[in-house]
Amino acid sequence: MRFMMIVKHPEKQGPPPKELMDAIAILAEEEAKAGSMLGNGGLGPTALGARVRLSGGRVTVTDGPFTEAKEVIGGYAQFELKSKEEAVESAVRFMELHKKYWPSFEGETEVRQMFDPEDFAQCAKAAPEKEAVST
Amino acid sequence: MDTNTDTHRTIDAVWRIESPRLIAGLTRIVRDVGLAEDFAQDALVAALEQWPESGIPVNPGAWLMATAKHRAIDHFRRNTLLDRKHEELGRELGTKEMTAPDLDSALDDDVGDDLLRLVFISCHPVLSTDAQVALTLRLIGGLTTDEIARAFLVPEPTIAQRIVRAKRTLAEKRVPFEVPRRAELASRLASVLGVIYLIFNEGYSATAGDDWMRPALCEDALRLGRILAGLAPQESEVHGLVALMEIQASRSRARSGPSGEPILLFDQNRAHWDQLLIQRGLTALALAEKLSSKNLRPTKPDTERLPGQGPYALQAQIAACHARARTPAETDWPRIVTLYTTLARIAPSPVVELNRAVAVGMAFGPAAGLELVDALTADRSLQNYHLLPSVRGDLLKKLSRFDEARAEFARAASLTQNVRERTLLLQRAQACLT
Repeated sequence: MRFMMIVKHPEKQGPPPKELMDAIAILAEEEAKAGSMLGNGGLGPTALGARVRLSGGRVTVTDGPFTEAKEVIGGYAQFELKSKEEAVESAVRFMELHKKYWPSFEGETEVRQMFDPEDFAQCAKAAPEKEAVST
Repeated sequence: MDTNTDTHRTIDAVWRIESPRLIAGLTRIVRDVGLAEDFAQDALVAALEQWPESGIPVNPGAWLMATAKHRAIDHFRRNTLLDRKHEELGRELGTKEMTAPDLDSALDDDVGDDLLRLVFISCHPVLSTDAQVALTLRLIGGLTTDEIARAFLVPEPTIAQRIVRAKRTLAEKRVPFEVPRRAELASRLASVLGVIYLIFNEGYSATAGDDWMRPALCEDALRLGRILAGLAPQESEVHGLVALMEIQASRSRARSGPSGEPILLFDQNRAHWDQLLIQRGLTALALAEKLSSKNLRPTKPDTERLPGQGPYALQAQIAACHARARTPAETDWPRIVTLYTTLARIAPSPVVELNRAVAVGMAFGPAAGLELVDALTADRSLQNYHLLPSVRGDLLKKLSRFDEARAEFARAASLTQNVRERTLLLQRAQACLT
């Protein structure tokens, strides 16, 4: 199963301390060597980004920074793992590093399973049944 | 789901992540894979008992190792006590060496080296290929015997037996827990790579059963390959194998249709190829090429290794030719022919020759391909290989020799053990009638 880890946090916390970055680099190397982490990346400040939104039939473009956002995406990683529990365990390890090297950090790692087209098809098939049960 | 089940599922996850390193570290200390696995299992049982109450420790790997280590100490203390009693019975033995190894200093050594030793011991030539595969998946892959049994469609007791016997063989033959020395390294590494690629291929094109692919096996093999690349980063062929598997696996999603039916390379929707895996594959391939060109230096007194690229890197290059082509028409067939010709020279096999014939057929026309295939029909080892009549049928069809093509597809269908593949081949036979 492929998972996407999305790290979210308030943007005004400032840059992470070097100790944390070093510890993350070691963890990432370990996970890459264990064959579980396929790739990762960090995102620059929202001031350099933009949002392209479709609403009410209109597409609007807004340049960053996203000042109204409580939390923004700071980085992501893709993993190949056997179960959601393994993914959660991996995210817990990642957050434990923050606890240790950046105690004031507030934020979360969102764990999401990545879907293939056939997974979506199965979901679509399963969804009406669920509705039938709840109504 | 109640919290207890939740904790158990978390323990399962922790176990899969930690068990290879745990068993590797313990094997170095106790010098016996079977015993090491027993201590690791003891630690797992302790975790299952204690963690639902105490919560998951912050560093679960260290917890498991410490617990297993205590079990090992208890074990050796008991044995030493026994030995002392024996000693008292027979004073003539004189001074007796401590049987318990120095646990603390042993534990401080590099875990990576232990894992690599564990890989080599799991794929040791005293074991049969079946045993190597089962032991590697169990010890390095962290799979349960039940998972291995399901993957290979054999009863669970068969796998359990196989693993027990393998561990006994390793103990009886006193196989040392070490990375092989230079002279032996190339052949031993080849057998490790062979085991991993065998696991991958069983997942990529299942030889039997109802499914065309078993993706979990591909993922396990890929994980094993990536682990090995981390452990032996200087070995060109390890990166070659990883590159080959990453690029092949990039096509997994496109290789079967909605109801599980196989889709052949040229009919695949290339937008469904996994670009992340392709990129990883190409990066690994570049690394393999860089390392192998380093080994070409004449000053290196390494006669064991073949000059230039090994068979896995070459196959990865062929896979890369497909990966780089955005449409089937863009495929660089002449280059693929050259690569297969090189591969046939360094690792000759009738299967490579058959693939070369396919490439020649694509590059220089079906008649040229058919000529090569016809030369192979006399090869005894391909007598029951379904891809020979399948390839021959394809070439005959392109030459508009439909009756002969249909007969070949039908023959191929009768030879394959895979249900999905048989259906596809029968369809292709049928298509020759119209």
